[in-house]
Amino acid sequence: MAEALVFWTLAVLILGLGILVISARSAVHSVLFLVLNFLLVAVLYVTLNAEFVAVIQVLVYAGGIVVLYLFVVMLVSLKKAPERYADPRRLPWTGTLLAGAVLAEVITIAVYSSVSGGGSAAAADGRGFGAGTPFADCGGAVSCNTEQLGWVLYTSYLIPFEVASMLLLVAMIGAIVLAKRHL
Amino acid sequence: MLETILLPLAKIAVLLNAVLVAVTFLVLMERKVIAWAQSRLGPMRVGPYGILQAIADPIKLILKEDITPARADKYVFTLAPILSLAPALVVFAVVPFGPNPLWHYLADVNIGLLFIIAVTSIGVYGIILGGWASNSKYPLLASLRASAQLISYEIAVTMTLVSVILTTGTLSLVGIVEAQRESGLWFAFVQPVALVLVFIGGLAETNRAPFDLPEAETELTGGFHTEYSGMRFSLFFLAEYANMIVISAVVVIMFFGGWLAPFPNVPALSFLGLLPPWIWFIGKIFLFLYVFIWIRATLPRYRYDQLMALGWKVLIPISIGNLVVTGVLKVAL
Repeated sequence: MAEALVFWTLAVLILGLGILVISARSAVHSVLFLVLNFLLVAVLYVTLNAEFVAVIQVLVYAGGIVVLYLFVVMLVSLKKAPERYADPRRLPWTGTLLAGAVLAEVITIAVYSSVSGGGSAAAADGRGFGAGTPFADCGGAVSCNTEQLGWVLYTSYLIPFEVASMLLLVAMIGAIVLAKRHL
Repeated sequence: MLETILLPLAKIAVLLNAVLVAVTFLVLMERKVIAWAQSRLGPMRVGPYGILQAIADPIKLILKEDITPARADKYVFTLAPILSLAPALVVFAVVPFGPNPLWHYLADVNIGLLFIIAVTSIGVYGIILGGWASNSKYPLLASLRASAQLISYEIAVTMTLVSVILTTGTLSLVGIVEAQRESGLWFAFVQPVALVLVFIGGLAETNRAPFDLPEAETELTGGFHTEYSGMRFSLFFLAEYANMIVISAVVVIMFFGGWLAPFPNVPALSFLGLLPPWIWFIGKIFLFLYVFIWIRATLPRYRYDQLMALGWKVLIPISIGNLVVTGVLKVAL
């Protein structure tokens, strides 16, 4: 009961802050609402006993990426917010379609995982941290969530992990090449 | 009820007051040490040898007028000092002052070190937003400098701490100290490069000299807190000194055995273990606070491009190299 209460409170706050992010007049205020949003998502992770993901959420998103956003936004929003105008190149229907597609995908995943037992069951069996792994006896106040995550990441999900890091490397090199004309 | 709510609340109250009192006296210590370094006496008027200056200064700051500039962003302007101080105090929740779970620390979380890194990374917002919300030239310049500086050095420090985590195999701060007790060797001797990197990075992350560019008086008239006065200014001030204590505590825990007494293997010096562990911990912290002040009295401020070059071209490559070497040795040995 208490868990459900916490979840729904957080959900309402997170969605509300998300709306504030896109409706705030000042870009800096938007960024601040975004930070608060990320922090509340981290709280959501803590309620799911995923402390490691929660801390990484704070460290990488709230403490790293958004600081860089703020850095850029501070430079552009010194004057008043720009007047409302319609961008002639905007494609409203394409945007709506894409958003609908993403929403449909998320709903499909949610429904599918709740029907088939989904990720939690997969994690509890042999692929995750069941009886066979060194971290089966974790529990109590100090959980070994970090070890479990590392274990799964470097065994079951090694290839997706490596692909993701390669993608980040490519993006980084691309950004450097774009930013520096003469290397 | 007693175990879960009252005892932690009592510990939090004691800890917060201890940290804040320590911070006020740290300011006095800084003035005294710098005065001695410059052959002066420092504050001498209030109390014997100026010891009550630590009480007089906060009273003065509280009583001063609190000004909000007319063109400032009022909400963010108010929020910034709070955002600056709160993370610095929250961090103490996981700092272990000794081995006893009942008295010496609030929480031994499995992700202690990551928790400290994450929470201190939120403290950056205080400085950045304080400069932006003032709606004034110098604070804005300072906050731009601050965001670039803090992010750059955060990378180096975090990467270096990873190599220490590799040695310990745990992120829990209690676990890290226990690992040093078991190996009988402080990690300062196992990871000397990491120690130097973390300390330099710590100087930069707390905006201390020689990296105090966000508040460079000579060029920015006080930097990000130029427009702040009274209590709000003092919150920034408190945050800086609380962060100094945090960085010193992290360095002591990671590299100097936390609450452990030195020379456990020399029988003639076993009387050192008679002192309670928290005395050792606080004593070691004060040693590093002294080094912080000593460095401020000794070194001139870096130029901005030198600061960035040091961060990106020296510290980060060395920290990556240190990480690789640690990993290779860990696998090979």
